[in-house]
Order: sequence, then C-alpha cells, then structure tokens
Amino acid sequence: MIRLAVVSGKGGTGKTMVAAALADISGVPQVLADCDVDAANLELLFEPRRITTEEYLGLEAARIDPAVCRDCGICADHCRFGAIVRRNDAWEVDPLHCEGCAVCTYVCPTGAARMEPRPSGEIYTSATDRGSLAHARLFPGSGNSGLLVTEVKKRAESLADGADLLLADGPPGIGCPLIATVGGMDAVLIVTEPGVSALHDIERLVTVCRRFGVRIFAAINRFDLAEDIRARIEDYCRREEIVVAGEIPFDPMVIDAVRNGRPVTRGAASPAADALRALRNTLFAELGLS
Amino acid sequence: MIVGITARAPGTSAPVEQRFARAPYFVFVDTETGKAESVENPLVNAVGGVGPRAVQMFSERGATAAITGQVGGNAARALKEGGIKVYAYRGTGSVADALADCTAGKLQPIPLL
Amino acid sequence: MKIAIASGKGGTGKTMVAANLGFTLALSREAALVDCDVEEPNLHLFFPAQALTAPVTTPVPEIDPDRCTLCGECGKFCRFGALSVLKDRVLVFPHLCHSCGGCTLVCPQGAVREVPRTIGRVACSSPIPRLTLVSGVLNEGEVQAPAVIRAAKALSKAHPLTIYDASPGTACPVIETIDGSDACILVTESTPFGLHDLRLAAEVAEKMGIPAGVVINRSDGRDEETLAFCRERGLPVLMTIPFSREIAAVQNRGGLICRDLPGWEERFLALFDGIAGVVA
Repeated sequence: MIRLAVVSGKGGTGKTMVAAALADISGVPQVLADCDVDAANLELLFEPRRITTEEYLGLEAARIDPAVCRDCGICADHCRFGAIVRRNDAWEVDPLHCEGCAVCTYVCPTGAARMEPRPSGEIYTSATDRGSLAHARLFPGSGNSGLLVTEVKKRAESLADGADLLLADGPPGIGCPLIATVGGMDAVLIVTEPGVSALHDIERLVTVCRRFGVRIFAAINRFDLAEDIRARIEDYCRREEIVVAGEIPFDPMVIDAVRNGRPVTRGAASPAADALRALRNTLFAELGLS
Repeated sequence: MIVGITARAPGTSAPVEQRFARAPYFVFVDTETGKAESVENPLVNAVGGVGPRAVQMFSERGATAAITGQVGGNAARALKEGGIKVYAYRGTGSVADALADCTAGKLQPIPLL
Repeated sequence: MKIAIASGKGGTGKTMVAANLGFTLALSREAALVDCDVEEPNLHLFFPAQALTAPVTTPVPEIDPDRCTLCGECGKFCRFGALSVLKDRVLVFPHLCHSCGGCTLVCPQGAVREVPRTIGRVACSSPIPRLTLVSGVLNEGEVQAPAVIRAAKALSKAHPLTIYDASPGTACPVIETIDGSDACILVTESTPFGLHDLRLAAEVAEKMGIPAGVVINRSDGRDEETLAFCRERGLPVLMTIPFSREIAAVQNRGGLICRDLPGWEERFLALFDGIAGVVA
C-alpha cells in the first residue's frame, strides 16, 4: 500500500480541494485520512456515513476540587499561564489557558489541585463512496494536535484492508501535526499557489519533509494568477529535483463544486478538473499505482 | 549488563514493539543473571516530549543497551549522551528472540547522530 | 481599542483584511498592526520596511552540577520531556521546555535555576506615516508561540488603536492573540469549508466573551448559508469582498486593494466603524 499525504506550507492553497479530487478519481482501492484535525474539511466533499465516534482524551489539565480547596491561592501565584482564575468566589482552572504543566498540583497544600485527562476532541471513522475515512475534530484551545493526527492515521491503517493507497489530507504549516502526518508516509504532494510567501513556505516545508526521506512532489494551484512567481516555483522545484506533478488554473468551477459539497472532478467538465486528472496520472505513474 | 527491550506486553515472550518511547512496556533483562523485569510505560499517551523521559527510565534502571525498531530525534540525543547503545530489531518475534539475535551479533546498531 | 482578526481556517484572507484595515486607518490616525501569526508572519510582506528587532527569550532550566545529585525528580516531573536524568548528568531539551518553572520547585537540592533562552524575535517598523508594524517571529522548531505573541502584544500595549492578526484555527496561539481584545473580526470564505470553520472560531470568541463581526471574503454572491448562520448567532456581517481575479491578482503581488483599486478605502473605513460598533 502506498501512503501519500497532501500538504501545503500555508493554509488556503487548495490542499483539501486537490486531496478530494485525487480521492475522487484515483481509481484504486483506498482508505482516506483527514489529518487536518484543526479544520477537518474533507468530509464536506464526500457524504460520509458515520460509523464510530470516540472521545479523544489528550492533554491532562488541572482541576481544583472545590470541596478540598482552602482558598489559599498559592496555585494562582505559581501559574505562569494565567490559567487559575477567580470565578464564583472560588479558584478555578480555565481550560483554555491551562498548559498541563502540573505546577499547581505540586504546590497545592491540600491536594485540591489535581491533573485529569481532558476531553480534547473526537475521533471518527466513516464510510464514503470513495473508501473509508478516518477523521477527527480538535476542541478549541487544545494544544498539540500531533497526537490526535497519529490516532487518525492509526484508525485509517485499521481500515486499510485490501487498499492500494492511503491518502491523507494533511494539515497546513510545519509544526507538530504536519510532522505527525508525514512520518511513515511514502510520498508527499505539496500544494502551493503563486503568492508573496509561496517560495518561503515551500522551502520550509521541503526542509522538514527531507528529514523523513519521503518522495516529494509539487502541484501549483491557481498558477495563472502570478506567472512570474509560478516560474520561480518551477525553477526551485527543478533545482531541488521535485517533480511538479501538475498545475491547476484559476477556475470558478472549483468554488461551485465546493459549494455543492463535491470534488470538482465530479460534475461538469472544467479546466481545473482536466488539470487534476493530468495530475493524478502523472503522480500515480511515479508512485507505481495503476 | 542490563538491556531494555520495547515490548507490547510484559514478559520475555511478549512481541517486540517497534516504537521506542511509546512502547506499552519495557522489558529490562540482566544478561548476567537472566533476570527480567517488565515495566509498564506511563508515557504511552503523553502528549509530547516522551523520548527524553523514556531514556531517563532506562538510565534509572542502569540499562546500557536498548533493542527497538526506531527512535525519534529527542530520544536519540538522550540515548547518545547517556551512552546507551541501541540495536534495531524489526522482526515479528518476541523479546527473547530479539535478545538472542542481539547476543548472536545479528542486529544492526541504530545510528544516533 | 484592540481589534483581533481571526479565522477558523487558513487562507481566508485574514492578513489581507488586517493589512488593508491598517493602511486605511493610518491615512487619518495612528494605528498599530501586530502580526501574531508568529510561525508564518506575512504582514511585513505588504509593508516592506527596515525594522528594529529584539530577541524574545523564555526561561529554561540550567542545572548546577555541583549541587545536583542526579536524583531524577526534575525529569520525572517535567511533562514536556525537557529534562532527562541520565547516569552521570542531566540532559536539557530546551526547545521542549514550556517555561513553567516546575523543575526549579521540585529539585530537593535547589540545583535548578532558570536562564533566558532566545526562541524568536519581535520586529518593529514604521513603514508608512502613522502606522506601526510589530511582527512576532517564532524560531523554527520552537513550541512557545504564545510567549512570542505576548512579547509582540506588549510592544503595542499602550497604543490607542491596535489590530492583531492571528494565526488561523483555534489553537493556543489564537487564544493568546485574541485574549484581551475589545472585538474580533472573523474572516470567512463563502464556501461550506469557510462556514464549517467559522462556527468553530465564533464559538471560541463567544466563550472568551469577545464580541465579533464577520467579513465574508471571496464571495460569489451566494452566501445564504453563511448569512443565515450569522443572523442566528447575532453576528453582524461587516463586509463582503467578492471573488474576483482582479482582487486576487493585487493580493498575490503583495498589493493592497484599498490603495490599488477604487472604492475600497471607503469600504475598509466602514468596516472599522462596524467593528467599533460591536464593542460593548
């Protein structure tokens, strides 16, 4: 089974649109993973039928037991994150600010402050007409989505019987969730668009991906919006020996498709759909998929 | 010497776990006496920074060698600084199998650069 | 007045709105723009200028080997893996440290003290008259985005009118950015993706007690679902920017529509009036 992640240096380059299109026209048995747990949008383009929902207990956060608390406030004196606040005439931990450091539990003289696993999100598996989908949602203010991404990948692997392809919609950026996504992949497809920060973003992402020894491919989305920057991206890819597997023109049909909750490759013909088909063919040939 | 092996369950017949810091169990074997101690790993579900803490557990038990499938960057640094040699076992056998392979010189060291 | 600009997903145009709003306001009054997207700051790309920079430091542990007995308590306490006690020394992983100070408290020998470590920088410039631009930059591989965001916000604390450009999403750095704001502009796309993530962002602003207004970007005129959501939640729609090649082209070049295209300066002024209006 080939493991491919679709990533981008920054959000908004069209990563999910490309991942969805590839999933739609892949033509091979596959399992899907939405690793963009902060903003899991892949499900909006396929009509998933939910199969399982699991609570994700991530970070441990502090909690003050009001029955034991003697109101000394030593915990608040020591909290460096402003997470212990006065509410309803008592000391309370604000989960939006708690870093999970446990200092308050150490200094508390009565043991009223204790660490507890905090529900930080939910993990789902669903069925779609393009294969099983593992996805998740992270609750706001919950730090470090890397571990949740790993859980999503694990669920996808458990649904991968008979699949030739595991296709992951990756998170933007280069932080923990991206690293959690790329680890164990065979290849990544970087979706970029010619904007002011494009080269800088793609360079940072390539640096990170190289540490994993994955094959790196690129796709340039909305390439015709700034031809000079497009040319610079192509030059960079050539120098770095990154195959540009496809270039997709700016196309209003893309918005239309998203609005109708389907990948742009499903429905009326369009320049973007044609470009995505060509991208699929080039990429899959390189990966040894039929 | 004491060798720590990452495992999926306690005991020397447990299957080897490929990941280092998030292995469900560590089985520490004293190669001189043959005595084995299995320790449940409290870091399995920790959010981050598990590598360095796992290495501290090895250090605390006087392990000077480890057998596992792969190690992350932070663990690698701690293992190197701690002078703990790491060997790669990527088979599907048990802790005892991995230890036997290691003693027979069949396992490659994992570079900790 | 402090106005935060946030969004549920990336690429909706937050930075564009921040840049245009800042430029427009600076035409007639002092304004400060603070780039709080410290992992990928982009505001300075719209306002190239010489900047003064200062390092941002955070306290990390340093072990006094003369006092340390290698008892291992610091390593066992640290929930971030920043300390590993080996047989002959304590290894510190400073980039994992969250600066909670716990290690200094638990050490029975008082062998741990904190020393400053540079994790990023703040850059300050005045690219056009009356506009102050503060950018926070987090060094690659570091985890403490909130510390750099706090430093950037501190530089503009006394400013009469500040606009904070947040990173996308709803994780810790965004919470840190919008905390203490008088109002929040939520930028969304006119697509089901945008709406899906707008819900999450709106929830956070509400939970934090910060009144919000919405800007719909890249609209193709069919925003009924988004408008219905905003109505339902009492969120005023302060501006709608149409989906247009011309606008996208100006953007991608690093240009500002309020300056380069007619009619937009007035609309950004109206956006300011709108968001000032939701402040309690």
